[in-house]
Amino acid sequence: MSQDNGVLLQLRNVTKEFGGLTAVSDVTFDLPQGQVLGLIGPNGAGKTTLFNCINGVFPVTRGQIIFRGVDMTGWKPYDVVSLGLARTHQIVRPLQELTVLENVVAGSCYGHEQRSLSQAEEIALEVLEFLHLAERRDQLAASLNVAQKKRLEMARALAARPYLLLLDEVLAGLNPTEIAEMVQVVLRIREQGVTILIIEHVMHALMNVSDRVIVLDHGELIAEGLPGEIVNDPKVIEAYLGDPALAEKLMSGG
Amino acid sequence: MSSSKPAPVGKAIDRGGFDLSAFKLGGWKYPAFWLAIGLILIGGFIPVFTGSNSWRETMFLILMAVSLASSLNIILGYTGYVSFGHIVFFGLGGYVGLYLITAHGWSLWTAALMGGLAAGTLALLLGKAILHLRGAYFALATIGVNEAVRTFINNFDLFGGAVGLEINFLVYKDYGGPATMQWLTYWAVFGLTLFIVVLSYGIKFSRFGLGLLSIREDEDAAMVLGVRTPSAKTWAYVLSAIVPGILGVIFFFRNSSIAPQEAFRLHRSIELIVMVMLGGQGTVLGPLVGATTYEALRSFLLTSPLFKDLQLAFAGLLLLLIVLFVPTGIVGWLRSRYRKLWRVLE
Amino acid sequence: MEQLIASLADGLLLGFVYGLAAMGLTLIFGVMDVINLAHGPIIALGMFAMFFISGATGMGLNPYLALVIIAILGLLFGVCIYFIAVHRVLNAPHLSSLLSTFSVNMMIIGVGTAILTTTPRNLVFSIGSISLGPVTLLGTRLVAALIAILVAALLYLFLYRTQPGKAIRAVSNNRAAAELMGIPSTQTLALSFGIGTMLASIAGGLIATFFSFTILAGGVYELKSFVIVVLGGLGNPTGALLGGLILGGLEGIAPVFMPVSWVPVIEFVLFVVILMVRPTGLMGGGR
Repeated sequence: MSQDNGVLLQLRNVTKEFGGLTAVSDVTFDLPQGQVLGLIGPNGAGKTTLFNCINGVFPVTRGQIIFRGVDMTGWKPYDVVSLGLARTHQIVRPLQELTVLENVVAGSCYGHEQRSLSQAEEIALEVLEFLHLAERRDQLAASLNVAQKKRLEMARALAARPYLLLLDEVLAGLNPTEIAEMVQVVLRIREQGVTILIIEHVMHALMNVSDRVIVLDHGELIAEGLPGEIVNDPKVIEAYLGDPALAEKLMSGG
Repeated sequence: MSSSKPAPVGKAIDRGGFDLSAFKLGGWKYPAFWLAIGLILIGGFIPVFTGSNSWRETMFLILMAVSLASSLNIILGYTGYVSFGHIVFFGLGGYVGLYLITAHGWSLWTAALMGGLAAGTLALLLGKAILHLRGAYFALATIGVNEAVRTFINNFDLFGGAVGLEINFLVYKDYGGPATMQWLTYWAVFGLTLFIVVLSYGIKFSRFGLGLLSIREDEDAAMVLGVRTPSAKTWAYVLSAIVPGILGVIFFFRNSSIAPQEAFRLHRSIELIVMVMLGGQGTVLGPLVGATTYEALRSFLLTSPLFKDLQLAFAGLLLLLIVLFVPTGIVGWLRSRYRKLWRVLE
Repeated sequence: MEQLIASLADGLLLGFVYGLAAMGLTLIFGVMDVINLAHGPIIALGMFAMFFISGATGMGLNPYLALVIIAILGLLFGVCIYFIAVHRVLNAPHLSSLLSTFSVNMMIIGVGTAILTTTPRNLVFSIGSISLGPVTLLGTRLVAALIAILVAALLYLFLYRTQPGKAIRAVSNNRAAAELMGIPSTQTLALSFGIGTMLASIAGGLIATFFSFTILAGGVYELKSFVIVVLGGLGNPTGALLGGLILGGLEGIAPVFMPVSWVPVIEFVLFVVILMVRPTGLMGGGR
């Protein structure tokens, strides 16, 4: 699979319409290999929709998505996974009546490496250790608390050993200590060379982990740049004006 | 966590069903498996030890119920799809088999395989057509399919229409006469029961099975994890249809006749669901325990003068009590009650 | 041609009654996402209620007055079923409510068979017939169709013009939001279930005025209701009436072109095909 000048993921004029409503409009950007790209925007800006377009949950209305040099526009989520992409959900979706270990094994053996169960278990145990969930491996996923479920969601995605990881608000709902822990996790994943696209509302954390930030408003890409530049961009500040609480977060993050 | 390493080719072979090492069993291996096999062996040999024909008839019905319920469990318990009209595979298999035996003089065994094949093919086609429906819509569609096939065969002259097909008693001579034929078919059902239980166990602890369980828990999440949900669901449906198809041939051969009303009885279909629920859906032992309990209870109610007329009402009451108070079934309840038995009661 | 028109007219009249039964099924599904598998036996109970209230061996009351009593009994019976078998499983997976309503089905059929046997009964009742040109309409069927239309209209008025009716629509749209607005959802759900079974039992009572029946007779109409509900869109009462007309019309016309026994094959194939390609029904998914 050819790697286009080190660009792992390319979006070309990606548009998603629901009936008459345009949720994502003409979005174009490149994500180079090894980078952590932050995706921010006010509520309802279309961030999660964009994730759903990238990993194939929604078919795009127009535009192209190229991953590892392969045009995967219109692919189903499981086909996208087979190219080496994994994601987490904003609202966690553990397989409730399966154990923590089984959840992560599923992530590993159905990931792009198509592991056998025994290999998948080795990987899963490694990942659970990494995310401090090893001692809970035989518990049912349903019995975990929110922070643990967030880590499980992360573990499941990581166990697929993806080239690209889409993280959708992995910090939301966590307390400051848990946030600090999770940021460490993201940083360590990044050290290992995994490319990350991350949606986050906790600005100071996002600023810490991302190399570059893009901003979505009303489905359109309105700004792109280094974290420091973005928070001072007048267009971005204006976009956030409708949402004072978020604007405050944005500012304090700078 | 570097990602560009390809999977080591030699080791990547999925060891399939019995890859139990993946689920840490500690000191004792396969306890649940041997428990299930042991129960069937004991039950299956009761007629031999007692030498009684009535025991054989009872055990025939129980083993048949166990294998039908275990088959249903693959799509219902593992995959989470409520196949309400599952009996269609039993009926269709029976018809195809009896047609081949009566019209073309096929032997029971090849006809039985064809019955299984016919049922599997129907499931494959249906898988493409109705398995994209979720929840109640799928359940309704399976009822519709059963009724459509029943009313069609009612009009289908090749299969004898409303009258059905009948086996000439002379055919039994090829199987050593009616008495020997009854033992022969008994052992066939016994073998099939062992087969389907081993298969259920194998599926549950395979990569494929983990995919099915993921679909049951959250189909969209499973898709995002990489499970090829359309094909996984279809194969689960096909696997759950084959044994009922084969059993249909054996049952109606033994019965010497088949007619649309008895071949596609929706009630029987729902009884199978009750058996799976009663025992515990999604577990290997559940259908075994559930089917045995249900059949035993039913034969008790049928023979007791007090309950004879009301057996259906009692079965209904039992079902309601299970659904309301023990929705995880006997095995599920024991599992949550006694955590230490978790691995014994799979 | 004349035969075709006569047969079609007859089918359409029956279609209104089928539609009324299906309305009960679809109302319950629309409000609480439950497919009531006790629908058939409830229709059959409606038939027997008619038999005992107005039959020659029963109390001998006028059948159309009897319908009022049947409606009340149907409503109360439905509320009981709701609290016994449905309320506890509303938030459980679909399988639970399918099975719990089916358990009610088994209990009614079981007890019914034991008490009433399966000997066919019929009401000896006739109010003549009307001839319009080549078409002769049986009085009982014409009146049944008119009553079905009247009941459907009353249901519509109830749902759109009264407080409890509006509550039902609110709960059906969004139960959580309705509860926040102070609508007592349990009472509303129980009422909806009761109305659903009421419609089924009225339909049963009407059918009893022109067909013979046993306790098992409801099964056929339950399956017809499924077909109609899918034609009209699950959860859509107006669609159910239309679906009833389509099915009735089909049953009227088809026998002119093919043996009667093929009609159900067409119905069920249609049913599965519509589910496959348009699960929201031909009339769309609206409520």
